[in-house]
Amino acid sequence: MYRIEVEGTGVEFECGPERSLLAGMEAQAKKAIAVGCRGGGCGFCKIRILEGDYDTKKMSVKFVSHSERLDGYALSCRVFPRSDMRVVALEDVEGNKIIDTGIIKL
Amino acid sequence: MKKGVMRAGHVQIRVLDMDEAVSHYKQRMGLLETHREGDRVFFKGWTECEKYSVILREADSAGMDFMGFKVDSDARLDELHADLIEHGLEVDELPAGDLPDCGRRMSFLAPTGHRFELYAEKEVTGRHGVGHHNPEAWPEDLVGMKATRFDHCLFHGEDLDGVYDIFVNVLGFWLTEQAMAGEERVAQFFTCSMKEHEIAFIKAEGNTGAFHHASFHLETWQDVLHAADIISMHDISLDIGPTRHGLTHGATIYFFDPSGNRNETFCGGDYFFPDHPVVTWDADKLGKAVFYHSRELNERFLTVTT
Ligand code: FES
Ligand SMILES: [Fe+2]
Repeated sequence: MYRIEVEGTGVEFECGPERSLLAGMEAQAKKAIAVGCRGGGCGFCKIRILEGDYDTKKMSVKFVSHSERLDGYALSCRVFPRSDMRVVALEDVEGNKIIDTGIIKL
Repeated sequence: MKKGVMRAGHVQIRVLDMDEAVSHYKQRMGLLETHREGDRVFFKGWTECEKYSVILREADSAGMDFMGFKVDSDARLDELHADLIEHGLEVDELPAGDLPDCGRRMSFLAPTGHRFELYAEKEVTGRHGVGHHNPEAWPEDLVGMKATRFDHCLFHGEDLDGVYDIFVNVLGFWLTEQAMAGEERVAQFFTCSMKEHEIAFIKAEGNTGAFHHASFHLETWQDVLHAADIISMHDISLDIGPTRHGLTHGATIYFFDPSGNRNETFCGGDYFFPDHPVVTWDADKLGKAVFYHSRELNERFLTVTT
């Protein structure tokens, strides 16, 4: 189990390597990232990864472009942790934009 | 069918992983795989007579490539082609065979950013398992939700008046149902048959070409509950339901395919004849219009599209 911290929300949860970050969050009934399709297609669960190792499954390029991926943006329903992670959600659970606190400013 | 458009005939959906998608549409929804070619796989529901109605294409994004409507004759295609051009649309004529076992198609981009097309011919393979000569009631080899047919699609877009004009005034559809925010139509349902709708649009400021769902018909409410059980048994991403809509009054459940495209399976609901008045829902009754039982709008259902 890895520890996942959603920066700026005070929310932390545990997630195993076989589960996506979003599924891990939902399994512990935490609310920090917006839940949409859970399939990498809708962009609702977009995050930026600040720290940690991970693997991804294919994500819709409509919501995460190639260059964004290199900057650590990802759809959390397609991100599988390989270490403890620190991420920031780009929208809160109500769909309001959150200002990016990452190393590279938006 | 004022101008020869019969029904929603097919939809091409983009998926991120073909193997996962085929397993979802075939094993879980119970569609039948009828063809494979290149990067595409073709399916139909068991009651459908044409060779296919759902086309999956592996791509880098989810969403809808195009939706096709069947017209009653080849001559009609030329008439409607001319009418669409006269309306100011750019129409591409795609030759027969461009889509396997399908005749020529007239394709155009609607002002909401969705691509639609008309066709008159596609190979008819008949009802699966029962045929058309002394047919039995149903085939015994169906699996999963046993969806009977592809029924309709719902899209999000900005220029609702623009697509109203095309579907009602050019293609001869009827407006069956609408939701109004004051003078502005924010939801519109169109049919060209006895079905309550063949296609619907919801107003979404700044959302272009967005796909809300493709819907599949089931026979009974028990079948909708059975679909809900399949969703739980296989940990399919649930959106909402089982419930009933106020709009159309169908009993329904919504879920997502493995690439995040929303699917609906539903039964029942209203029907249409050309002398039926338009059904109108007011903005302050939208909760009930969308979810008849909870009467509460739901953020994910209203805003998640691919
Ligand atoms: S929830 Fe839709 S992309 Fe993750
Ligand atoms: Fe629907």
